[in-house]
Amino acid sequence: MRNFSYLRATSIDEARQAAALPNAMLLAGGTTLLDLAKCGVVEPDKVIDITHLSGLDAVRVDAQGASIGALAKMSRVADDPEIREHFPAVAQALSQGASAQIRNMATIGGNLLQRTRCAYFRDPAVFPACNKRAPGTGCSAIGGVTRNHAVLGTSEACIATYPGDLAVALVAFDAVVHLGSRQIAAEDFFLLPGATPHREHALEPGEMITAISIPTSAMSRRSTYLKVRDRQSYEFAAASAAVGIAFEPDGRTVRDVRVALGGVATKPWRAQEAERALIGKPASADTFQRAAAIALDGAQPHDDNAFKLELARRTIVRALQRGAS
Amino acid sequence: MTDPTTMHLNINGRAHALTLEPRVTLLDALREHLGLNGTKKGCDQGQCGACTVHLDGARVLACLTLAAQAEGHAITTIEGLSGSDLHPVQTAFLEQDAFQCGYCTPGQIMSAVACIREGHAGSDAEIREYMSGNLCRCGAYPHIVAAVRQAAEATP
Repeated sequence: MRNFSYLRATSIDEARQAAALPNAMLLAGGTTLLDLAKCGVVEPDKVIDITHLSGLDAVRVDAQGASIGALAKMSRVADDPEIREHFPAVAQALSQGASAQIRNMATIGGNLLQRTRCAYFRDPAVFPACNKRAPGTGCSAIGGVTRNHAVLGTSEACIATYPGDLAVALVAFDAVVHLGSRQIAAEDFFLLPGATPHREHALEPGEMITAISIPTSAMSRRSTYLKVRDRQSYEFAAASAAVGIAFEPDGRTVRDVRVALGGVATKPWRAQEAERALIGKPASADTFQRAAAIALDGAQPHDDNAFKLELARRTIVRALQRGAS
Repeated sequence: MTDPTTMHLNINGRAHALTLEPRVTLLDALREHLGLNGTKKGCDQGQCGACTVHLDGARVLACLTLAAQAEGHAITTIEGLSGSDLHPVQTAFLEQDAFQCGYCTPGQIMSAVACIREGHAGSDAEIREYMSGNLCRCGAYPHIVAAVRQAAEATP
């Protein structure tokens, strides 16, 4: 790990100003930044430690919704009784992420900003070509081993999967990312790779996530997060789905629904076409399967990840069945 | 200021003043600068759990924590887990033969102590889930689960 200067920020303003300096990076839990610094993927000149800032780790839930400070630890939010009751998909996504140790370190803000696990992105010494890491150099993954790569939202420049769980639940339930001076819908916070895969989110230099908020809804209260992976624990999603269903008074017709996918797309993936196909329909295996097929319409598999299409469809159906029960 | 700076760390109840480069991790500070070799370096990338220590009582990975970040927090390593006697979790690991080569064991024990304290050792399934951040290449997992269960059952 290349050396850097270390500044312990004492206020949000100081952190923002320092973060706007050339090649400066904010340090919270460190589980992404220090890992990638050791891989040589990021080489900051200045590291600004924000973990000693106070007042950014509160978790509040009221009738309108939840507000979660950017520095709240994953473990704290996952275990919060009110988050578990009102936003079960959020609590489940958090408690199924990483390991107990990492959940004690990683913050909610940092969780959103975690980088892809693409093995080519993470290995600059062996694979110098990576449009995400070094714009314009090409993509080593396309034509390589693509088992863990995305099938939705890909471009000719990048097929790297967004690895997180929490953000999938956040885009499903219309969460908002607060940046202090402005706020942005979680759905719009994450960017498609297109021709600029190095731009992963809407943060501008000198901006910092201060909180996220999630509105309460009938869907969020009855939500679930289903994560399918190669091993049972401490593993990224091969496919995942955050869903929440609200029924008409008859108890079986879908009044409104949210569906978002993880592990298969270049960003946390809201499946709005699938949602539209479910609204007004009875909650049945047929309806669920049709919606799951629609969610994967236009998916583009590469050599090794075609299995993700069927896996994602089955994950959606199972999540909907769980959400409906 | 990339130059070495002096930081004050509270480790196992003792205050230490260390002059280190900003990039030095808590793991390297413990092992290379303080002679506390009980905390192990496995992957050095947050994937194996061998470097697990407690920060204010919560289990964290020393390899992904800067020493400078740990200033102001109480750090506990395997050396500071108990006094002259073995900690009940250490005894349970011995009685259940919960290791082979032993390299992951300090991290397993630090993780297990926290796992029990968190209330996440209520069943074998829960122990497996909440100990999943600690890998054992010898594959001693069944005995590790048995040791954590034994220690959890003995904890009031």
